Amino acid sequence: MAKDWPLWEVFVRSKGGMSHRHVGSVHAPDAEIALRHARDTYTRRMEGVSLWVVPSASIIASDPSDDAQMFDPAADKVYRHPTFYDIPDGITHI
Amino acid sequence: MYTTELAKTKNVVSTEDPGKLAAFEARVAADEFIEPKDWMPEAYRRTLTRQISQHAHSEIVGMLPEGNWIGRAPSLRRKAILLAKVQDEAGHGLYLYSAAETLGTSREQMIEALHSGKAKYSTIFNYPTLTWADMGAIGWLVDGAAIMNQVPLQRTSYGPYARAMVRVCKEESFHQRQGYEISMAMMAGTPEQRRMMQDAFNRWWWPSLMMFGPPDENSPNTAQSMRWKIKRETNDELRQKFVDITVPQAEAIGLTVPDPDLKWNEERGAYDFGAIDWEEFYAVVRGEGPVAKERMKARREAWESNAWVREAADAYAAKHARKAEAA
Repeated sequence: MAKDWPLWEVFVRSKGGMSHRHVGSVHAPDAEIALRHARDTYTRRMEGVSLWVVPSASIIASDPSDDAQMFDPAADKVYRHPTFYDIPDGITHI
Repeated sequence: MYTTELAKTKNVVSTEDPGKLAAFEARVAADEFIEPKDWMPEAYRRTLTRQISQHAHSEIVGMLPEGNWIGRAPSLRRKAILLAKVQDEAGHGLYLYSAAETLGTSREQMIEALHSGKAKYSTIFNYPTLTWADMGAIGWLVDGAAIMNQVPLQRTSYGPYARAMVRVCKEESFHQRQGYEISMAMMAGTPEQRRMMQDAFNRWWWPSLMMFGPPDENSPNTAQSMRWKIKRETNDELRQKFVDITVPQAEAIGLTVPDPDLKWNEERGAYDFGAIDWEEFYAVVRGEGPVAKERMKARREAWESNAWVREAADAYAAKHARKAEAA
């Protein structure tokens, strides 16, 4: 092998009703082999009922150094949370 | 399986942005996880790359001493179990290579470093597996020592390494139990089988204690690694824990620990044990282990003789890519 095969990110659905969750990555020359490698590497003990593989290069990630700008605005909008509102005792089902 | 952190680099004075360094140190001190795209000091990246890749190499080389016995397992049950264990070691190697790659070293570079003899792996795998009893001793002692090392690494500060360790630890406990079961079966057998088991235990006991690495006073990087929470417990602390839990397990099945100085210390609530032959350890680190050459030869042969599989997969992928383009 002249160089590494492309990298694929692996996502596993642990059981029906759950979301797929990132579990790791594998190298593979194509999608079919990526799926087979993912099965052998990440589901040897019935860890899942469904697998996704996604070329790692296709994932667009936020930049951790922008975290402050990216996620901070939520902190000054406390009115988005139900506990912001005072409801008198005796009012129920709300 | 586990690797001790072997190659030591000198501490160099950092020329990095002191603000970023301080922010990093604060995050680690607050038990936050560091993720691949986060800023990190070069020395942190280098130490982790070395430790995780050595750990990965150990998993891969660790398949060899046991793979050697798959065809000679005494029953179909034992053979199926050993196959599953060796397959797990391959899986562990792959989790760890993936984690190391997130630090910017390619898989190809790491494999190349292993095959050229540049990279280190755990000294334990350079000892031979002479009889079936060795399969018992390895699963029980070597995987047991590995678990002792790896459990605290589930909280190591680098996220991908910690997550790989969670998976590894979940899978490793079967390895240790199947080894102890083999050892129990041997000790419940004929006098000859008991002698074989005691012999295997004698040969693996000291190398297992060496797996925790040099004593703390000779482990200059430990302080830095503890501060950065790459390591969570020192070599000597882990070694002591291992001795304390393993001695009663050995005695329960009638094995004698090959250490005349082993003695329960009431005051410490721990076992005192004899001096470890560190000369032997450093000799094995230097590549003078009994079967070091054989291991690397087997590893390179496996890689080379299976090159056609990788080439066929490449050719197949290329053909389908061409077809997709034409359609």
